[in-house]
Amino acid sequence: MAIEVRVPSIMRKLVNGAKTVQASGATVVRVLDDLEKRHPGFKERILNTDGGLNQFVAVYVNDEDIRFLKELSTSVKDGDVITILPAVAGGQEAQP
Amino acid sequence: MEAIQQVKTLTEEQVKRYSRHIILSQVGGKGQKKLLNARVLLVGAGGLGAPTAMYLAAAGVGTLGLVDFDVVDLSNLQRQVIHHTHDIGRPKVTSAAETIADMNPDVRVIQHQFALNSSNALDIISGYDIVVDGCDNFPTRYLVNDACVLARKPNVYGSIYRFDGMATVFLPGKGCYRCVYPTPPPPGSVPSCQEAGVLGVLPGIIGVIQATETIKLILGIGDVLAGSLLVYDALDMEFRKMKLTRSPACPVCGPMPTITSMVDYEQFCGFPGSAH
Repeated sequence: MAIEVRVPSIMRKLVNGAKTVQASGATVVRVLDDLEKRHPGFKERILNTDGGLNQFVAVYVNDEDIRFLKELSTSVKDGDVITILPAVAGGQEAQP
Repeated sequence: MEAIQQVKTLTEEQVKRYSRHIILSQVGGKGQKKLLNARVLLVGAGGLGAPTAMYLAAAGVGTLGLVDFDVVDLSNLQRQVIHHTHDIGRPKVTSAAETIADMNPDVRVIQHQFALNSSNALDIISGYDIVVDGCDNFPTRYLVNDACVLARKPNVYGSIYRFDGMATVFLPGKGCYRCVYPTPPPPGSVPSCQEAGVLGVLPGIIGVIQATETIKLILGIGDVLAGSLLVYDALDMEFRKMKLTRSPACPVCGPMPTITSMVDYEQFCGFPGSAH
């Protein structure tokens, strides 16, 4: 199952500079697990040490913020787009 | 802020100056008077604040407050179009006020040459109708957000980084920045300001979007970006809209707020209130 993941500029060095990567998984966290296998360090930038979503990172499935769906357990299907958007403050961007 | 006389009738010169507005049925003389009587606070007179201030001034927004403690630096001029080479070393609020005065004498500029902090933010914001957030650091973002929620002021948000920008409007009672990003990132997790480059025209795009939304709010026309986060990618020339939902768990605008007064977060990059 192919899910497109849009990678923010601050995290692209983890994916060889790619703007988008393809991954598979039935939920957001499974997609992150899949990416972690190929791009070590990816998942820990988005999750906190308790395994929850970092407070300064927003993750969208299509145009919906997963905080208002089922967070990391939000289901995804073939063709869905996951967008990772860290908080940005001009000269500063949260480095997840 | 001292009281000013409300504009009730337009002078002959004003009718001519704003004629291209006045002939729009959505603006008219009535709308132009609303613009002249509006009070807008711009937080940051830098990359975002420069185009926003210039277009709001040209449009005849009657009172513009500018908050920025910083002075003009040579490296600002690649994007901060309100300042000029001869302004290097001068306070940004003074330099911006002079450019605005040259553009449109109808505009009263109030210079706040200091950084926003937990003791002054609410007081300053309460004197304006709309706040435009064009700052460049997390502590000020959260201060502006929290103060706008507590003072019930619309917050016209914009941010830029490298080739990417974001913009939205947080209306009172309809969600806020903390609904999207509940707490700022911890110190040490952001790259230093000096390392972060920015395409010079990027704040022009985002700042003009902020000016557009501000004018629509004043006039009460169209649909503002409330409920959506506009994400712009200059390299792909792509605009996308993400849904922005009011969070029932929001620590400041939710029904059970845990933040009821201003918070000073530790500065971990640049200086308080400095602008792009």
